[in-house]
Amino acid sequence: MQEAYTAIMAAIQITNVKKRYKSVQALAGVSLSIGQGEFFGLLGPNGAGKTTLISIIAGLNRADSGNVSIHGHDVVSDYRQARRMLGVVPQELVFDPFFTVRETLRMQSGYFGLKNNDAWIDEVMHNLDLTSKADANTRTLSGGMKRRVLVAQALVHKPPVIVLDEPTAGVDVELRQTLWQFIGRLNREGHTVVLTTHYLEEAQALCNRVAMLKAGQVVALDTTAALIKRISGSQLVVSLAQGHLPDSLKPLVTRPEELLAGNKYTLRVNDYVEVEPILARLREAGARIEDMQLQQADLEDVFLQIMGEEK
Amino acid sequence: MIGFQTLFYKEILRFWKVATQTITAPIMTAMLYLLIFGHVLEEHVKVYDRISYTAFLIPGLVMMSVLQNAFANSSSSLIQSKITGNLVFVLLPPLSHWELFGAYVLAAVVRGLAVGAGVFIITAWFADLSFVAPWWIAVFAVLGAAMLGTMGLIAGIWAEKFDQLAAFQNFLIMPATFLAGVFYSIHSLPPFWQTVSRFNPFFYMIDGFRYGFFGQSDVDPVTSFAIVGIFFMLLAGFAIHLLRTGYKLRH
Repeated sequence: MQEAYTAIMAAIQITNVKKRYKSVQALAGVSLSIGQGEFFGLLGPNGAGKTTLISIIAGLNRADSGNVSIHGHDVVSDYRQARRMLGVVPQELVFDPFFTVRETLRMQSGYFGLKNNDAWIDEVMHNLDLTSKADANTRTLSGGMKRRVLVAQALVHKPPVIVLDEPTAGVDVELRQTLWQFIGRLNREGHTVVLTTHYLEEAQALCNRVAMLKAGQVVALDTTAALIKRISGSQLVVSLAQGHLPDSLKPLVTRPEELLAGNKYTLRVNDYVEVEPILARLREAGARIEDMQLQQADLEDVFLQIMGEEK
Repeated sequence: MIGFQTLFYKEILRFWKVATQTITAPIMTAMLYLLIFGHVLEEHVKVYDRISYTAFLIPGLVMMSVLQNAFANSSSSLIQSKITGNLVFVLLPPLSHWELFGAYVLAAVVRGLAVGAGVFIITAWFADLSFVAPWWIAVFAVLGAAMLGTMGLIAGIWAEKFDQLAAFQNFLIMPATFLAGVFYSIHSLPPFWQTVSRFNPFFYMIDGFRYGFFGQSDVDPVTSFAIVGIFFMLLAGFAIHLLRTGYKLRH
């Protein structure tokens, strides 16, 4: 599978990137190859190194060792070409209070060497529902609108590679839909999209491939479908009205926090025939089942399981 | 080149949009200096023969305004962008360290010259001024503004909060300009302080600038030009090195 993605030149090639901040090893040798046209998810808990990795890709930070290239252009030695290929939506909600939305977008175009870019600026604003705010000062915009401006800024130069660092954190449903519709269209037109998000259902719905980072290392890398399939077939969710989960069933629990509180447990089952023995053990332990569901595992289950594993 | 032009234009637009604070206010301050010091010292201080104290003071005030505002422009733009986080808009695009340096420093020169011209226009009425060597006036104004714009750039890169920048401004830039002979000729100082003044590069900028008006100065303008030029080259080299390595900006 991996070979198919690297056969053509990678959109982003990350080779053994390490970064240390004083006592913290933020990235401990990350290697990744993201193919052109992919919709790629970069997932991991807070502090896993996602933003550090994106900063290194974007040239906002420098790796201690290792290389990153965008469409074959090294982000340090050939930074001008690399940055032309890349559009980054930063995680922080930043804006320049001196300028209107249109001025901001024209200037961002200019920084990328583009003049007379108004046709595309208008199209981007239209697609992000920003047209009515074109002449408003960015300072006066709501948080959601500021986020749209940040997305528009990242797209002014039609970058073949688009990186979105938690673009939907604290954003309403409407913007999410607008955003994913537009980004989805750009992806279908051939743009590579790299996304970090805490909303795993979003990653599952959008990303064809996912890398999971933990403590600065890649702990999982596969297509979204394969990851879900590989980790766990199905799950049995039981709510107990009475009694406790017997010790013999505890290793099957996929969400460790459920052992600490509550009476609802999500148990891994590889096959339907495993359901009856589980129910029998619960009966033997004197537990009374209040509710029960059999459901397909999703990316969140995979994520929790991988993050819960001792390395 | 479009990247450089855009950043230069943005830096101009940034101070122009708040011109009351960035242009009018410093002109007003210089005007107050002239009225107060000119009035109080006119009868007591004689620097050069045939030149009134007010006439002597005006070029000094103009140059002081040029220098302080050039410094303020690049340093405040950078620190504001760093603290609000919008510096990423400039760090993400393919702008080279030369383009960053050129745009920030040139915009600082424009702001310095705009304020200097404003100060000159409203103070020139108060004394008879001559223009013995206009080229020296232009050379020292531009070079001085570029040097302070570069110092502002370095201070803006180094400082992490407004407090640190204010320290740089109040404990380095302000004393260096005030003690550079804006209000007096260094020949009026005791020998020790005359020697100290000669280690202050700001002194040569103001002295050379004043030569352009009166054809008289404490130091030969060619010597001043050489000293200011060397200082500027050293500072520019240092600033470009910081931008190239990404010191404090790409970390």
